[in-house]
Amino acid sequence: MSLISLGPWDLGLAAALVLLLAAMSWRLHLGVERRVLIAAARSTVQLILLGLVLEVLFAQTSLPLIGALTLVMLLVAGWEVRARQKRRYAGGWGLGIGTLSMFLSSFSVTLLALTVIIRVEPWFQPQYLIPLLGMLLGNTMSGVAIALDGLTRSAWEARGRIEARLQLGADWDGAIADIRRDALRSGLIPIVNAMATAGIVSLPGMMTGQILAGSPPLEAAKYQLMILFLIAAGTGLGGVAAVWIGSRRLFDERHRLRLDRLV
Amino acid sequence: MAALRLDGIRPRGLAPILLGVPAGGLVFVSGPSGSGKSLLLRAVADLDPHEGEAWLDATARSALPAPEWRRRVGLLPAESHWWADEVSAHFPPNGYVAKDLLPLFERLGFGPEVLGWGVARLSTGERQRLALARLLANQPEALLLDEATANLDPVNQARVEGIVTDYRTAHAAAVLWVSHDPEQRRRLGGRRLVIRDGRLEDEP
Repeated sequence: MSLISLGPWDLGLAAALVLLLAAMSWRLHLGVERRVLIAAARSTVQLILLGLVLEVLFAQTSLPLIGALTLVMLLVAGWEVRARQKRRYAGGWGLGIGTLSMFLSSFSVTLLALTVIIRVEPWFQPQYLIPLLGMLLGNTMSGVAIALDGLTRSAWEARGRIEARLQLGADWDGAIADIRRDALRSGLIPIVNAMATAGIVSLPGMMTGQILAGSPPLEAAKYQLMILFLIAAGTGLGGVAAVWIGSRRLFDERHRLRLDRLV
Repeated sequence: MAALRLDGIRPRGLAPILLGVPAGGLVFVSGPSGSGKSLLLRAVADLDPHEGEAWLDATARSALPAPEWRRRVGLLPAESHWWADEVSAHFPPNGYVAKDLLPLFERLGFGPEVLGWGVARLSTGERQRLALARLLANQPEALLLDEATANLDPVNQARVEGIVTDYRTAHAAAVLWVSHDPEQRRRLGGRRLVIRDGRLEDEP
């Protein structure tokens, strides 16, 4: 089985469906037609650009170039996490907490996968590195965004309860422990659900892609499993890092709750 | 026993405060709403960033970890907050609670079964009285009370006043008490201060 190449006409047909959706939104006054069209245009430009960039990268296997691309991916993910917060950390922390925790988790898990599990030679071969990192970042991003948002929102609402514990002599860690736990849990729920329903309700994207590209289904399933495990680990690590740094930042060295650090 | 001394403490909107409360002493603070009474107590408990130092006898606040300072200088806020479902979860988790706190519960008008109550069913006044019990369970050396009897009927007001007075004399604890009730300030004795134009002055 070989890959059937998609022509402009084929893509155009699929795009027409999105146009139809936008028309429907306009007709039914759903008010999302603009956002649908902008998002579709964004994904078109981004994916085609990525395709072009990857073609260049694959041809060269140059570490600095690959590093630069991963950095861009990381920063965009960090920006996205920041954009999804209702209460953001003021200053550089708004971008920093999400970005740092995704860096710690996604990059280390990707590195582990490349060097120990798949054993790619050289380890930075972009054909493996970029898609792996992309999938990890994408999923870790959701987990980190949900966890951080939960943390700051709950801390904002539970100010009285947190300060009651501080007043009675709790340290910052004890005063926010239950809120942190809940935030982390809600950040992990999407990936846990994804693992639980994989293959029954949903056919995961990567497996679908490999099958469409001609891989034997069992090989695709094994790769998908590995990815799911990596994503679970990456999301967990990223979420733990984010809520830990984030909750620490909500208190100062005198264990005072500093909601003024949120904007 | 401990004396409490405020050394240039400067809550938001107030001039720096120099004030000593002797061991076993009582100082009332009053003032119009919004004058910064609660902020003053919060500052002493080190809950908001501010300038100044506080002393418990010869121990500087800055020399102690903040949680330890707050255990030794206990703040009773005007509105109490509860983080768990059951009353008992808000008391130190060891066996001495049941034994040593029962007399205190009794004086506050509660039986031992109060520990099993749900927080949601407590009335405002019950919360306020239990918040005092929760605070005293820590055995603080000084007390910062913010409208400790504001939501209480006369019977319970007398109970709380009696408990604070006894605790103050038994432990020689310094008590700094924000109260809007002139009757109460006269009745309990002690020094009376008022916040006027951002300054702490003796009540005329």
